[in-house]
Amino acid sequence: MGFQVNWERNDYSRIPHWLYHDDEVYRLEMERIFRGPLWHYLCLEAEVRQPGDFRTTWVGDTPVVVTRDKKDELHAWVNRCSHRGATIVRQVHGNSADHVCIYHRWCYSPSGDLTGIPFRRGLKGEGGMPADFSPASVSPKKLRLVNFHGVLFGTFSEQCESIEDFLGEFGTGMIRRFMHKPVRVLGYSRQLIYGNWKLYAENLRDTYHASLLHEFFVTYGVDRATQKGGVKMDARHRHNMNHAYAASDTQDEARAAYAGTAGVELDRMKLRDTKLLQYIPEFEDGMNLAAPTFFPSSIIIQANNTLGTRHIRPKGVNQLEVFQTLFGYEDDTPEMTRHRLILANLVGPAGLVSMEDGEAIELAHRTSGSAPAGSASVVEMGGRGPLRDLAHRVTETPIRGFWSYWSELMGVEPEGGVR
Amino acid sequence: MSSAAVTAIPREVRDATFDLLAEYGMAIDQDRLEDWAALFTPDCDYRVISRENEEQGLPNIMIWCDNRDMLLDRIESYRHVNEYNLHWDRHVIGPPRHFGQVDGLWQVEAAYSAFQTTLEGETRLFSVGRYRLGLRFEDGVARIRTAVVVADTGLIPTLLATPL
Repeated sequence: MGFQVNWERNDYSRIPHWLYHDDEVYRLEMERIFRGPLWHYLCLEAEVRQPGDFRTTWVGDTPVVVTRDKKDELHAWVNRCSHRGATIVRQVHGNSADHVCIYHRWCYSPSGDLTGIPFRRGLKGEGGMPADFSPASVSPKKLRLVNFHGVLFGTFSEQCESIEDFLGEFGTGMIRRFMHKPVRVLGYSRQLIYGNWKLYAENLRDTYHASLLHEFFVTYGVDRATQKGGVKMDARHRHNMNHAYAASDTQDEARAAYAGTAGVELDRMKLRDTKLLQYIPEFEDGMNLAAPTFFPSSIIIQANNTLGTRHIRPKGVNQLEVFQTLFGYEDDTPEMTRHRLILANLVGPAGLVSMEDGEAIELAHRTSGSAPAGSASVVEMGGRGPLRDLAHRVTETPIRGFWSYWSELMGVEPEGGVR
Repeated sequence: MSSAAVTAIPREVRDATFDLLAEYGMAIDQDRLEDWAALFTPDCDYRVISRENEEQGLPNIMIWCDNRDMLLDRIESYRHVNEYNLHWDRHVIGPPRHFGQVDGLWQVEAAYSAFQTTLEGETRLFSVGRYRLGLRFEDGVARIRTAVVVADTGLIPTLLATPL
């Protein structure tokens, strides 16, 4: 089985619309990307802190359980009973010495080993499983798991590179930055967007839209393209990082830059209560926006003093869930926790600077689906040709980087495709 | 709060609560968001949280306005700044259950369901949950001092813009 893409250009500045709407493409993405040779975000170590703790998550469309066993070792395994394929763990999280599928009570240890089969030896000498049946041979598939400074990644692949090589220089550096002391999870938010998962992945790589779609940024000066910042990519251009430095532009600069842009106007309004805009410096690098984004589907994001991870969970070719985990630090004062929660008004499904993404992605998905063959997205902001880092944020280049690596994994790179 | 016995509620408290909830839903549904904000006291506290977080004892919020000015800021932002899915709202609010008074505030809970309808008439169930309210009564009028919207529907379809 396979598919071909007739790329119009080899620099991914045209993306065929059908790639967001095709069932076979989706099926192959699950196989070649999500079960392929790369690392995937699972959850935070802080969510499975005690022996017996477990939490369910997803790698693409595969349900996964992350556990900590009584020897304090972490495990990740497929949440699918060896017997009939039923869901084993039904709770989202909890603590348990073992995990039992309710259908026929097959029992699994926290490490994902099949440890119990009722009536395996039969009843009163009759029935039962064959004598040579080997539970170990049918135990659920286990993922390789790494705990990188408190962020848990997993992979189904035996071949993939080390986590350090996968994340690259800024990826490893940024995770250490966010996880420099013990974190405390403040809670979750979930959003179901009627669009293909790649549209959200692209959105995270499109800094061009940020200050145009999310007008709250500009109106109230939270984040503007005129702030000092930029976009970094890893050597393979599959990950990216949008970043900006607090208070690095002036209101006059911003006003001049946005003059004449329809629908975007500075200083038109004032907040009655400005605490949403307060930023308490907390990182030595001075960034108030830092958003390292990891191929294919996760991001760690600082927007002022809100900190969190976002996990894109594909739910079929036409839907995705955005699962957000908000965190602070264990040594936060009650005032700091309150401040982080007040600033949570800016992010999430009702976020004053994030809500628009749901609508924009649905609009793009809805009408690109009926576009005729040969129809494609135009991705040239920031330039064509080679993939380069930029010291500004009016760019879509990381989207081209995403498609470059996507094509490599899917086996559909054009001749001479940029990498 | 859920195990409290049902006791007699003064008639005027019941009536004022009923009127308040009727106006609460209708003001949102008729896009009179400023009237909706006027149902709150200036020192109000309004939160939208998910049941998933509440049951885990986690404090995360979807919306948190700790005074009425923040509510008005949000309304102004919806009106002039934010982009969201174009729709009409419809709230269906169940009968209020009173749980006595704490610190001079009547504790009231009511279930809600909220539907969204596109401008071409397609309706979806958007959210169900309950309101947990602390009401202040002055001169026979009830106002909201505290409101926690506990959304069972933690998986928000598309996005959450107009208030629940």
